[in-house]
Amino acid sequence: MRVATRAAAGPPRRSRVTVRGVVQGVGFRPYVHALATGLGLAGHVTNTPDGVVAEVEGGAEAVAAFCARIGPGAPPLAWVESVDHQTLAVTGGSGFAIVASRTEGQVRTLVPPDTATCADCLAELADPGDRRHRHPFISCTNCGPRLTIVTGLPYDRAHTTMAGFPMCGACAGEYADPADRRFHAQPIACHACGPRLRLLVPDGARPDGARVDGDRPEGSRVDSARPDGARPGGTYSGRTAPGGDPIGAARALLAAGGVVAVKGLGGYHLACDADNADAVALLRRRKARGDKPFAVMVRDLPAVERLARTCPQERALLTGPVRPVVLLRGRRRALGGAVAPGAPDIGVMLPYTPVHHLLLGLPGDPPGPSVLVMTSGNVSGEPIVTDDGEALEKLAPLADALLVHDRPIRVPCDDSVVRVLDGSVSMVRRSRGYAPLPVALPVEVRPALAVGGDLKNTFCLGEGRRGWLSAHIGDMDAPAAAAAFERAREQLSAVTAVRPEVLAADRHPRYRSAAWAQRDRGELPLVRVQHHHAHLAAAMAEHGLDGTRRVVGVAFDGTGYGDDGAVWGGEFLLGDYAGFTRFCRLAYVPLPGGDAAVRRPYRMALAHLWAAGIAWDPGLGPVAACPPDELRVLARQVERGLNCAPTSSMGRLFDAVSSLAGVCHLAGYEAQAAVELEAAALDAGGGTGPGYAFGLAPGADGDAELVAAPGPVLASVIADLRAGTGVRTVAARFHAAVADLVLRGCTAARERHGLETVALTGGVFGNALLSRLCADALRAAGFTVLVHRLVPPNDGGLALGQLMVAARRSDSG
Amino acid sequence: MGHGGGGAMSAELVDHIFAPAFGGEVLAQLGDAAAVTLGGTRLAFSTDSYVVRPLFFPGGSIGDLAVNGTVNDLAMSGARAAYLSCAFILEEGVEMPVLARVAEAIGAAARAAGVEVATGDTKVVESGHGDGIYVNTAGIGLIPAGVDLRPQRVVPGDVVIVSGAIGAHGVAVMSVREGLEFEAEIESDSAPLGGLVAAMLAVTPDLHVLRDPTRGGLAASLNEIAAAARVGVVVRERAVPVPPAVANACSVLGLDPMYVANEGKLVAFVPPEHADAVLAAMRAHPLGAGAVVIGEAVADHPGTVVARTGLGGTRVVDLPVGEQLPRIC
Ligand SMILES: [Fe+3]
Ligand SMILES: [Mg+2]
Ligand SMILES: [Zn+2]
Ligand SMILES: [Zn+2]
Repeated sequence: MRVATRAAAGPPRRSRVTVRGVVQGVGFRPYVHALATGLGLAGHVTNTPDGVVAEVEGGAEAVAAFCARIGPGAPPLAWVESVDHQTLAVTGGSGFAIVASRTEGQVRTLVPPDTATCADCLAELADPGDRRHRHPFISCTNCGPRLTIVTGLPYDRAHTTMAGFPMCGACAGEYADPADRRFHAQPIACHACGPRLRLLVPDGARPDGARVDGDRPEGSRVDSARPDGARPGGTYSGRTAPGGDPIGAARALLAAGGVVAVKGLGGYHLACDADNADAVALLRRRKARGDKPFAVMVRDLPAVERLARTCPQERALLTGPVRPVVLLRGRRRALGGAVAPGAPDIGVMLPYTPVHHLLLGLPGDPPGPSVLVMTSGNVSGEPIVTDDGEALEKLAPLADALLVHDRPIRVPCDDSVVRVLDGSVSMVRRSRGYAPLPVALPVEVRPALAVGGDLKNTFCLGEGRRGWLSAHIGDMDAPAAAAAFERAREQLSAVTAVRPEVLAADRHPRYRSAAWAQRDRGELPLVRVQHHHAHLAAAMAEHGLDGTRRVVGVAFDGTGYGDDGAVWGGEFLLGDYAGFTRFCRLAYVPLPGGDAAVRRPYRMALAHLWAAGIAWDPGLGPVAACPPDELRVLARQVERGLNCAPTSSMGRLFDAVSSLAGVCHLAGYEAQAAVELEAAALDAGGGTGPGYAFGLAPGADGDAELVAAPGPVLASVIADLRAGTGVRTVAARFHAAVADLVLRGCTAARERHGLETVALTGGVFGNALLSRLCADALRAAGFTVLVHRLVPPNDGGLALGQLMVAARRSDSG
Repeated sequence: MGHGGGGAMSAELVDHIFAPAFGGEVLAQLGDAAAVTLGGTRLAFSTDSYVVRPLFFPGGSIGDLAVNGTVNDLAMSGARAAYLSCAFILEEGVEMPVLARVAEAIGAAARAAGVEVATGDTKVVESGHGDGIYVNTAGIGLIPAGVDLRPQRVVPGDVVIVSGAIGAHGVAVMSVREGLEFEAEIESDSAPLGGLVAAMLAVTPDLHVLRDPTRGGLAASLNEIAAAARVGVVVRERAVPVPPAVANACSVLGLDPMYVANEGKLVAFVPPEHADAVLAAMRAHPLGAGAVVIGEAVADHPGTVVARTGLGGTRVVDLPVGEQLPRIC
């Protein structure tokens, strides 16, 4: 790496090198300093609003080497988007300096995502001789909080929530030393000057965390709410647990089966010992969570192997700097089945902050839980709690203690959720560790804001060839989501300097995101984008399609507002960014009672049977599951079309079949029936024989060339069940039938319209088994298949598609 | 259908078509009844047309609604209804005994409400051009001195009271119209609210606003008030009284009782210092026996109604728009 002498490097030259991307707060200038001095170059480097700018002077070969290496050799947190060179007149001089930042001009640099504690910091954390031994806020230029503490630009300490913690002399020295790992590490802190950790316990609680379980919880609209959930009755007046060791006290509480709210990077978690079935059940009751799977945090890789088999790629994800929740095929009965009952996958992550490492115990610590449930600290459906006052109000009733600190969280950032699918990383929720890195766009867009959907909301700011997707905000149903959305939008606007010229939103008349865009757009145009068109455009964009050729978009999800006012969700669209036509869809069936049908899959099964002309035989699962009074009224309701929107939703068909097969009649969380149907199908293993077959006939209404009828599939399911075929086989055959429908629909589109590329998009493709079956079948038939990787197939990716439809510059494609 | 649903679409018709065309300061108030001054006297003046199907339903008929609806609109400005007009549009072939039953119902309801039908009109349209019987009523009444009921007077801290359990009327009408057999028969709550309002005003004239949550239900009334008053409204979901039979029917149909019509209930925004006394006066009246506090006006989220759910969660209760489409993906 080091070049011996300057003389060996040819005639003198001077270059200005501008590096754009995520290059601030990631140790870039010390890296440039080391690179330049190593090559024997003179000059200086500085942060500017445009990026890092270095001027180097020396032998031509050394300058060339500098330019060639600066991008590829960048530090781990840097993300180099572009490197520009400019030749200057030679000025002479010697030495290489890091000069003060220039802050004037338009901001073009990017803020890094939050990053897991690095190996160097971890070693110091565990080293009794280090001055940051066991410091819960240890970090450096290679790790620690970033996005979640940034309050403005330029990215320096004054513009973070660390502004309120003046550095001590020792930290200030490190901060100013270009040779130090903490040179300009904005979150730098130590025991002397950093944030403080405290464990808040309810008034009257015993120090060991024991308490008397109090009153019954209040009732709930959630069907799955259980009446027996005990909640702590204590009030908090900010009392700190005695003993001066908040971590030790929290670990003792967790070991005793308690629930602790833990303030993390992008919000609060609720934690309990995942090996303690009673503790898990307690948290489930308090959160009124039904059977929804919990994510767990595991001390290390060997402990992961106890829960699930992993492939090298999954291990790399688990231990990498992002540290997302990785969905793994769980071992049967891992953790007693309490953490993810009925689900095929278990969500696992490794510790990513010093507090997490300390909570799970360093070598030599007294034994404690090695697997913690770590679920977003929120009231069901609301955004993750970031505010300390809100935590006391909303989380204290759910927790036995709060492990808090005094470093504010600027914007919420939930844990990202990913899985490995066909050998690639696939997003389920793109949030911490990814946001706010931009997605590279295939064509230029005007400065624009796409507000996304109402569930799993993310929004997207775009300009030029960049699309910045926000972190996961949550469901817009909750008023708190509007505030979180507004805070995140302000921050992302500030750090990207995008001034939108156009807004994009969904066409659903009741979407709050769209109402927000409508209200706040001022004079700006607002483009309303059809839901499934946005899904298709998102898939095209992340795969770099410029939109000059139409593709087949298989958009399967639960609900999207259709242009005819129906609830779409089982669509084959032929489209590009500019528009789409509907080629094929599922036949419309009544959606009896809107959300009630979604929460009670047996209603969906009965509606599907009714639409298929199949009698409600009392021997059928959904008929038996439906209370007789409801059954009688439901019969009239579907006949009269009373509060029954027509729907072509594939998600609802999964619900219907899940109920028909007896897998799930009541959904306690979103897509529970479909998730459990997938789990059943996976259990069937191979050799299930042929799948069922959808009817496929020309559309009569002129709104689609083909209409797929689920009736024959339902009849086959019933015949199989009556013949004694196992539920798992039925589930597997249904998955095969859907994949077969996808293949037949796409083949027809290819024959009639010559399209060879298929995008699989929409929340239904969060079903890994279905996604794999469809992709395999299509590829075998010669199609090019686009599967989501960078953004989720569900509504978390919607904003990217809205942006492409609304803001693409038509002259740049 | 959607434009008559009492939600965002009818508001759109009024805002974009009628109000600009008619002009006038009185209409611009956009209350259920207009407050007008005539010869130095403050009058409430209101009209409403009744196109309900079926004509008869458990607990009432189109006749009861035609009287109580207009009486209640006047009551919401604090006025006791004095005189009503009553106009019929009859479809050719409507049976006389049916018309007679409706007329009797109107007479009985007027007597019960203490209002006199002072003028009327009848038109007949060709068979197939009507739905049997349409009724229009208009009414006037005196607004007592010192009473000024307008959403603009609502301020954060006001206590929100409903006069009783909600949802019965809409479910009762729907059950007959659609032939739904619920476990228990549900009767409409149709009733004249002038007496109840008088009892409330006897406690204090300083009530801020009253609304009868008819079409669009409690959700529509609260949203209208929140928007006009530029305050937020927080409702404790569990405090909203819903009869078990109505709750059950709504659950079975997938409806939210907050959006279901009522014909004999009111919602009041009351200054906190008067809330207890007003509540007590309401409970002492037969039509307010089930009165309860359901929430309050707040400074946060102006224009938005928020329901606090049992588990500490919150959800936005928005203005009903057409059919209730799910948003779940
Ligand atoms: Fe979707
Ligand atoms: Mg009225
Ligand atoms: Zn580090
Ligand atoms: Zn320090």
